[in-house]
Amino acid sequence: MKKTLLAAGIAAMMLGATPVMAKTLVYCSEGSPEGFDPSLYTAGTTFDASSKTIYNRLVQFKPGTTEVEPAIAESWDVSDDGLEVTFHLRDDVKFQTTDYFTPSRMLDADDVIWTFERQMDENNPYYKLANGSFEYFNSMSMGELIKSIDKVDDHTVKFVLTQPNAPFVANLAMDFASIHSKEYEQQLLDEGKPELANQQPIGTGPFQFVNYREDAAIRYQANPDYFRGKQPIDNLVFAITSDAQVRYQKLMAGECQVMPFPNPSDVQEMQQNDDINVLEEAGLNVAYLAYNTQMAPFDKPEVRKALNMAINKQAIIDAVFQGAGQVAKNPIPPSMWGYNDAIQDDQYDPDKAKQMLEDAGVENLKMNIWAMPVQRPYMPNARRTAELMQSDLSKVGVDAQIVTYEWGEYLKRSSDTKRDGAVILGWTGDNGDPDNFLGVLLGCDGVGGANRSQWCYQPFDDLIQKARTLDSQEERAKLYEQAQEIFKEQAPWDTLAHSTVFMPLRKEVTGYKIDPLGGHSFEGVDIE
Amino acid sequence: MFKFFLVKLAQLVPTFIGVTIVAFAFIRLLPGDPILLMAGERGISAERYAQLESQMGFDRSLVVQYLDFLKGLLHGDLGNSLVTHAPVMDEFMSRFPATLELSLFALAFAVIIGLPAGVLAAVKRGKTLDHTIMGVSLTGYSMPIFWWGLLLIMLFSSTLGWTPVSGRISYMYFIEPVTGFMTIDSLIAGDWGAFLSSLHYLILPSIVLGTIPLAVIARQTRSSMLEVLGEDYVRTARAKGLSNFRVIMVHTLRNALISVVTVIGLQVGLLLAGAILTETIFSWPGIGKWMIDAISRRDYPSVQGGLVLIAFIVMIVNLLVDLAYGVINPRIRH
Repeated sequence: MKKTLLAAGIAAMMLGATPVMAKTLVYCSEGSPEGFDPSLYTAGTTFDASSKTIYNRLVQFKPGTTEVEPAIAESWDVSDDGLEVTFHLRDDVKFQTTDYFTPSRMLDADDVIWTFERQMDENNPYYKLANGSFEYFNSMSMGELIKSIDKVDDHTVKFVLTQPNAPFVANLAMDFASIHSKEYEQQLLDEGKPELANQQPIGTGPFQFVNYREDAAIRYQANPDYFRGKQPIDNLVFAITSDAQVRYQKLMAGECQVMPFPNPSDVQEMQQNDDINVLEEAGLNVAYLAYNTQMAPFDKPEVRKALNMAINKQAIIDAVFQGAGQVAKNPIPPSMWGYNDAIQDDQYDPDKAKQMLEDAGVENLKMNIWAMPVQRPYMPNARRTAELMQSDLSKVGVDAQIVTYEWGEYLKRSSDTKRDGAVILGWTGDNGDPDNFLGVLLGCDGVGGANRSQWCYQPFDDLIQKARTLDSQEERAKLYEQAQEIFKEQAPWDTLAHSTVFMPLRKEVTGYKIDPLGGHSFEGVDIE
Repeated sequence: MFKFFLVKLAQLVPTFIGVTIVAFAFIRLLPGDPILLMAGERGISAERYAQLESQMGFDRSLVVQYLDFLKGLLHGDLGNSLVTHAPVMDEFMSRFPATLELSLFALAFAVIIGLPAGVLAAVKRGKTLDHTIMGVSLTGYSMPIFWWGLLLIMLFSSTLGWTPVSGRISYMYFIEPVTGFMTIDSLIAGDWGAFLSSLHYLILPSIVLGTIPLAVIARQTRSSMLEVLGEDYVRTARAKGLSNFRVIMVHTLRNALISVVTVIGLQVGLLLAGAILTETIFSWPGIGKWMIDAISRRDYPSVQGGLVLIAFIVMIVNLLVDLAYGVINPRIRH
């Protein structure tokens, strides 16, 4: 029989043995993690349960922001040509001690090199075990970007890149770059059970893994050796509760103190509840309608602009987002650096839109609007959005049909350069870098892939490419501001909305910060 | 009797083959592709897609994939989950006891309430009590599980605070699984508090899952009681001057039970189906919740393996019911 520390703590307190009760925070998480090795997966639910709790990275996003700050690396420098990035590691970082592992040394350069080798070196046993399926590492093109990783000394690691890449450091703050213990994984290899690394994780993070009851609960306890000091709470429990309505009931009953992803329709009621605080913040995301700029008549910017002016975006925010969002005028969210606030959005003006369509010689236009079949953080209801667009467009004489496919099929077909129609889709940022929106979603490389408007416009692409090679954030921001001007002139998308993220938690919880990148971290959280 | 058993068993073979085909085809007929779903908005390069496809074996013809699935099945190997990479059989077996425990409690609830209610309704035929019981059971039968579950949670958990909202046991307890039944494991561990907690967490989901079977059992008991009550031997029993209680309990109920037992057996499939919804509402870590996750991720091996195992269990239970039937009523054997 095994009980949690809390149960033991309560039992002991009843006997009058311990004066202080252990503090336990219960988080009603929305789903089961796929595993505990963050390098293998891409789902936020898995990252919350692994990288955010158990692990650290070389650098991290400053809590509540997308700014990159030191973590395991206390500082870093970039060579003048941008090809070498050198990290100076802290010397006081220790891996967790659990009943399945006791570290014999502090974290050093070997662990950092191991972390990346296992995701890119075909001879690494962990690479072989996973068949190289490190999807996030691969999709960020890290393998092509990193030429070599050199150990300068025990606490200095140098990354040599194949080309200058400004977002590289921010990439290392992402979940897949969580630092693994070489000593632990070697030990598992020696014991012939390397796959245990995915079930019994060891990291350096604020909480250490205690156990996982599949689909029911994950338990953690505060890591006493954490390099930023032990957490104010002693135990952390993820109570897996997939239904949003049930999470809300649990929060009200006090069975958990924090819940993610409330139903938008419940938020107002929650805000009126005296026991519950509802934190809110603009999410780092965008929802858009992407025209296929390679198909007539959508190859003409004036036609795209006219359609944008025919669609009443505020009505969509009111009806579909129920106020939990704001109209988007740029392809990147306002909280991101490089956001060009001087841009004027194309105002809703059906009469002018109709005139512009006539001037462009477009008559009796028939078009398809693609509505996603699923709810995403940036889009609560694409079908309803498409219906509103349909009725707006009919007022300017455009006959729009709504089409949809199963989600996987939708993603695939919408990438096709010969696709017929405009697609509703969106994006949530990975690393807080504007390149992660402008480059991935609108760059020439993305045509036939993540660039759903199939838009390859040289003046825009040149700016994006150039910004990638610069090191100074200020200079990069200027280029991105210009790029947003070009974007607005050319209008490959109708930028629809940036949604608001809500985080209901009980009044007694303090210190929780909403992560604009969509993760959930309990570092620094306390219960009063 | 043994021959009867063999005949019944042989009849299962074609059914089972049919089930494997349906399970295999079902998840593949659903639009959706596990690799595309995994890649999400970001998309995936054609080369990487082809690489993953061949790793997962989906580049082979459907016939080859099906035969491979059958071959594995005969060896008790259902393949590995695409998501967790763990064997599907292990994933299923670690969760099935939770579903079984919930289903048994739900069935117990349904029988303990449903059977007497049916008897009462039959005895008081045409009276107010009869109409009330049948009215309530019709309502129960038509109750959408999801709505019913939420309603009970809001009333008993959120408003009155009598029962926990969801989960299987309080997070204060951590019981090592031995049998996988939380109630039994907590007793094995000698932890009385954990045992009570696990019962506490079983109350609402058992009621929700047991409601429809309860209604079915009550109605079946009533109609078969009424049928038997009209038989000659019941009249004879009454004419002999036996007490009303004895006529009802011994002469009538016992004979009426034959069809009720069959109906109870048929509830097993219904319970497993209902468990999927009930588990989702109550965050119950059983196969229902697991199957839903697997379907939404298009985890082909988990879905087809899970379906085959569930169908297998339903078939075995039906076989046992048939056998029990043969024992109760020897005429069936021929």
